Amino acid sequence: MTNLSESETIGAATTEKYKYGFVTDIDSDMAPKGLNEDIVRFISAKKNEPQWMLDWRLKAFRMWLDQADEEPTWAKVSYPKIDFQDSYYYAAPKKKEGPKSLDEVDPKLLETYEKLGIPLYEQKMLAGVAVDAVFDSVSVATTFKAELEKHGVIFCSISEAVQKHPELVKKYLGSVVPAADNFYATLNSAVFTDGSFVYVPEGVRCPMELSTYFRINAAQTGQFERTLIIADKGSYVSYLEGCTAPMRDEHQLHAAVVELVAMDDAEIKYSTVQNWYPGDENGVGGIYNFVTKRGACRGKNSKISWTQVETGSAITWKYPSCILQGDNSVGEFYSIAITNNRQQADTGTKMIHMGKNTKSRIISKGISAGKADSTYRGLVKVMPNAEGARNFTQCDSLLIGDKCGAHTVPYIEVRNKTAQVEHEATTSKISEEQLLYCRQRGLSEEDATTLIVNGFCRQVLQELPMEFAVEAQKLVGISLEGSVG
Amino acid sequence: MTPILEIKNLHALVDGKEVLKGIDLVINAGEMHAVMGPNGSGKSTLSYVLAGRESYEVTGGSITYMGKDLTGLEREIRAREGIFLAFQYPVEIPGVAGTTFLKTAYNAIRKHRGEKELDAMQFLKLIREKQKELGITDEMVRRPVNVGFSGGEKKRNEMLQMAMLEPTLAILDETDSGLDIDALKTVADGINALRHPARAMLMITHYQRLLDYVVPDFVHVLANGKIVRSGDKSLALELEKEGYGNIAAEAAA
Repeated sequence: MTNLSESETIGAATTEKYKYGFVTDIDSDMAPKGLNEDIVRFISAKKNEPQWMLDWRLKAFRMWLDQADEEPTWAKVSYPKIDFQDSYYYAAPKKKEGPKSLDEVDPKLLETYEKLGIPLYEQKMLAGVAVDAVFDSVSVATTFKAELEKHGVIFCSISEAVQKHPELVKKYLGSVVPAADNFYATLNSAVFTDGSFVYVPEGVRCPMELSTYFRINAAQTGQFERTLIIADKGSYVSYLEGCTAPMRDEHQLHAAVVELVAMDDAEIKYSTVQNWYPGDENGVGGIYNFVTKRGACRGKNSKISWTQVETGSAITWKYPSCILQGDNSVGEFYSIAITNNRQQADTGTKMIHMGKNTKSRIISKGISAGKADSTYRGLVKVMPNAEGARNFTQCDSLLIGDKCGAHTVPYIEVRNKTAQVEHEATTSKISEEQLLYCRQRGLSEEDATTLIVNGFCRQVLQELPMEFAVEAQKLVGISLEGSVG
Repeated sequence: MTPILEIKNLHALVDGKEVLKGIDLVINAGEMHAVMGPNGSGKSTLSYVLAGRESYEVTGGSITYMGKDLTGLEREIRAREGIFLAFQYPVEIPGVAGTTFLKTAYNAIRKHRGEKELDAMQFLKLIREKQKELGITDEMVRRPVNVGFSGGEKKRNEMLQMAMLEPTLAILDETDSGLDIDALKTVADGINALRHPARAMLMITHYQRLLDYVVPDFVHVLANGKIVRSGDKSLALELEKEGYGNIAAEAAA
């Protein structure tokens, strides 16, 4: 049950500027600026990686060099060319030994969390959420490990997994998003710094929502997270990813890779609330978010469900996808993408039906305000063996004002005649009548807009775990700030 | 005693065309006024001007509400100050539950008055009481605002909102339109239940039939942007018999 009937928090939220704009002053242990083979070796050495991991990175780096001119340009976004040599690829907060408890965590980090409204102590007690906090590319606090270990669930940073569970990492890393997949995934494979690793053993229902809060911190540090989640036969896991970032003048590149693997009868629910700095109202600053997220429903009756609320970043380029290999497997994609001011978002999904009787469902809600541009781009592909495949796609766009844009680009490829594919799309505006009606009842124009937009997004919001749904509703208000009046 | 609403020589344009051409109207606390008139006479324009709708421009005269000039006030401020318009065509808000909508409105008004906002439990208790009085089910208030509602449900929902928000001045714009006789009676009961010595009500209607159930203290006939006749409830009966033809002709003459 989500708390969707409660929208009083939205009112306060709509009047806020980007409130997470602050910088924590922690000396970074930085790699020199630029990108070359030595930097890749530096990162690997910093992490004490075994030879096989370094080899894997170097192979990816050489591939990346080969396609260095092949930065993708097909998305409906525009930005100045990125100088990949003008960035730092590694930054870590200083630490002596790994912290054994929160008491050992740098108090400044904890302060940062408090500003973000994520007091770990409270979260531990109230929400029962285990938090693996990624800060400047290195995990500094992991909680609830003991409880998870009791169930055999592995939840740690990917660096730790490389050390402690090399057989799992070797087997699955790159098995869903190969190093050669695309320009940014290749780059990530070479220089990824950290991220989360989850393994849920056969038959285990993970006893709590797993949550990681990312935070990009050191100036001009491109962040390359790598997340790998494996749900073994008959298991279930729900993973939450939430992000906020400090204010910046320079564009920051973020190119993460997320891989999910679901075996027979397993289910993975992956929820994201993305609130990175979108730049100011003139489009100065802001994060470039070029992410590759993909899940493989490898086993029969498996299910992968992506839910995303994308409100931040200057540019979003992101297509969480499902490869439905196992018979009867299910893929879902629920998305809210809000763009305001000069933000650009090109986002959607790919559903690849390979197994028999595979099903997919796509619900996409795009909201554009200010001078923003939002594109839904989605592929539904039914392979020759996918007897009885089904897809339902619904893409709704809402425009606020008359200077923004919304675009829907569906690609449908069907190679099995028993397949059924449905696509519905609508575009609408908030009407003057709706605003009048709300304001006549005492709501300000901003509150009215937030309420109407939250209503528009309801189908997706209700897919989120409760703690995220509340935050997401607040974000809707914050993101639309200044879009009316 | 200060009247709740005092309109003097009001002129207003809609999309550049003059629709109200000098309205005078005074409504005191406790009074129920009916404004009747043929289509296009300016009835709905009057209600929208009072609510402050965009593109409805006051060009002359004055509107005084509780002793204060109303014309410069933002729409939501008018609402928070106690003006409620029951819409002729209540607007759909997909995905927003009735309770969420009403609670947001209710608390915005309380906040404006410097009162403590109600939490979810307190609010639910209050709305349940009002629902009972109006025969509105929980299911109906949980549904998205006005989406898929029948004509009668929409109007009853307006009555529920009015009952919750407890306005000082209630304007009912063609509340009887689109209702069958049973729904009409239910809605009329709702209106009567809200009559109060401290409240002023302005009921806009084309037909006399609503006045069989909600008996006004005063009846005004609006034609061609002006109030051409005023009287008590017997005026409505007269109109019912003779139609608007004569009066409209008188006004034009």
